[in-house]
Amino acid sequence: MLRYTVRRLGQLLIVTVVLSVLLFGWLRALPGGPVSALLGERATEESRARLVQQLGLDQPLYVQYWKFMQRAITGDFGVSTGVQPGTPAMEVFLQRMPATLELSVLALLLAVAVGIPLGYFAARRQGGWLDNLSITWSLIGVAVPVFFLAFLLKYVFAIEFGVLPASGRQAAGIDATHATGFFVLDGLLTTEWDAAWNALIHLLLPAIALSTIPFAVIFRLTRASVLDVVEEDYVRTARSKGLGAMVVRGRHILRNAMLPVVTTIGLQTGALLSGAVLTEQVFNIPGIGQALSLGFQRQDYAVLQVVILATAMVYVLVNLLVDLAYAAIDPRLRTR
Amino acid sequence: MLGTQRKERIDGLAESGGDTTAGVSLAASAWRRLRRSPTFLVGAGIICAFVLLALVSPILAQHDPALRLLEEQVSRADNEIPAPQPGFPLGGDQYGRPLLSRVLLGSQQTLLVALLATVIGLGGGLTLGILAGAFGGWVDTLVMRVVDVMLSVPSLLLAVSIGALFQQQSQFTVIIAVATVQIPIFGRLLRGTMLAQRASDHVLAARALGVRQRSIVFRHMLPNALGPVIVQATLMLAVAIIDAAALSFLGLGAADTSTPEWGQMLGSAQNFFDTHPHLAFWPAGCIIVVALGFTLVGESMRDALDPKKRR
Repeated sequence: MLRYTVRRLGQLLIVTVVLSVLLFGWLRALPGGPVSALLGERATEESRARLVQQLGLDQPLYVQYWKFMQRAITGDFGVSTGVQPGTPAMEVFLQRMPATLELSVLALLLAVAVGIPLGYFAARRQGGWLDNLSITWSLIGVAVPVFFLAFLLKYVFAIEFGVLPASGRQAAGIDATHATGFFVLDGLLTTEWDAAWNALIHLLLPAIALSTIPFAVIFRLTRASVLDVVEEDYVRTARSKGLGAMVVRGRHILRNAMLPVVTTIGLQTGALLSGAVLTEQVFNIPGIGQALSLGFQRQDYAVLQVVILATAMVYVLVNLLVDLAYAAIDPRLRTR
Repeated sequence: MLGTQRKERIDGLAESGGDTTAGVSLAASAWRRLRRSPTFLVGAGIICAFVLLALVSPILAQHDPALRLLEEQVSRADNEIPAPQPGFPLGGDQYGRPLLSRVLLGSQQTLLVALLATVIGLGGGLTLGILAGAFGGWVDTLVMRVVDVMLSVPSLLLAVSIGALFQQQSQFTVIIAVATVQIPIFGRLLRGTMLAQRASDHVLAARALGVRQRSIVFRHMLPNALGPVIVQATLMLAVAIIDAAALSFLGLGAADTSTPEWGQMLGSAQNFFDTHPHLAFWPAGCIIVVALGFTLVGESMRDALDPKKRR
């Protein structure tokens, strides 16, 4: 197990380095660049040259990359030039990360809390109305663009009926202490219940929109997995031993059916991150998704580098954890 | 290297078409089951309807979609957008262009974008997959590492980054960006199916008979390895339509809006959503129904090809 972990961590390192090289080269291949973004089109040649030198863009690419890596290891990713000019890129990322994480975690929780029970009951009454309804729902859910669903929810619940807030992370009037940056958690920690509640209802609509695809995946996998497990010999054995229905359901069916589902949840982080870019835009949430689209519009190399690299690493890391969990459950995988 | 689960899922798909033991060919038995599947029939019906729509839309559309025929009714200040009126059943868009004609003609571009993106993605994936699956060894290792790095970036991030590379925003940018996301998925999938073929009896037999390598790869392995890839391509058409819409929404779509495309119409409707939601509803509705059609067909094909369900 230890050797497996070490090997996987080594591979993670290689992926990160390769990705950073690709990212670095590719960002510099983009047209425009931070100089035009900062100074505008009509800047003088002189000021342009000075800024190029200041940012180190006049040096050969491999020198730039080497310097970038040296600083990056110490957590210094340079200064934002477009998203929040003057702020260190790492700080921009750290400020915005909690908003995205909070949203993604809530969306995932929703998908799990609805998807697993629904998948189980749909499988137990295969072909019944609940089964058909949930399958239809999950199919349509995948066909709806995430950002359009976000719009739709906003339109119905925030604009037409006005029952939930339309944008932002917390109402402007609320004076809350922000210790961790996770607004809901902050409110709970400082026992400012109003602030926590307000932050939570701001999260609700975007989280519902974001959860549709993970929900569909989790629901369908649970359903398929339960259908498979129910036909297994050990379930029949358990029944014929005269075990209670509850024990058979809980210990024999659900537990075994959950294995593939749990591992898929890790896979959904990628979908969540992609979806967050879109939902944050619709609900005007200052997360890393918004930083990304702003970063591209304003050619902010520093912010783009830290955000993309960090997101890819989170993604790879989550997958690694999932694989490790899987290896811990299923010993056959460790020797591979 | 990363995401064993993700790889296993793709590889699992690769295995699903590998069963060729029964007397009836897999394709024939799959087709027999497809014909009876309501999911397939509904999906195929939707696709046929939209392809037909794309073909006849130049006849149905009564106005030039690029002309600002109702421009005098547009007012930025009062947030006015032309309402439905005689000759213009859906009214106009934010520039006074005829909405119905744009929605109708949008079907052509949207289907074209999805099809081209998937064909390019499939082509790239096929090349990688054939290289890796046919040669094995270090070629396989190298190709798969590239694929792994591409898979390690969340798909929309990858698409947005590729889209940002192009100096001019156009439909072509969107197509390339969407295709790039698909390449690693197709590549890995085909590698799996090819590897399964490599160990199969008919390939061993061909090799023993002294058939040339190229002929083995292209005539014996590839045709048998394509089943799951075709299923995936059908599903990818749905994903491509939605992804293209997402890119337009983020501002990476075509700058020239004279040729209507649903994703791009939906993206540009975002500023008017609060006041004039119908501008978004029509293109969005079409996108959802077409994407649903491709998903239904893809899913039913996957079920039909699943050897476990074969009788």
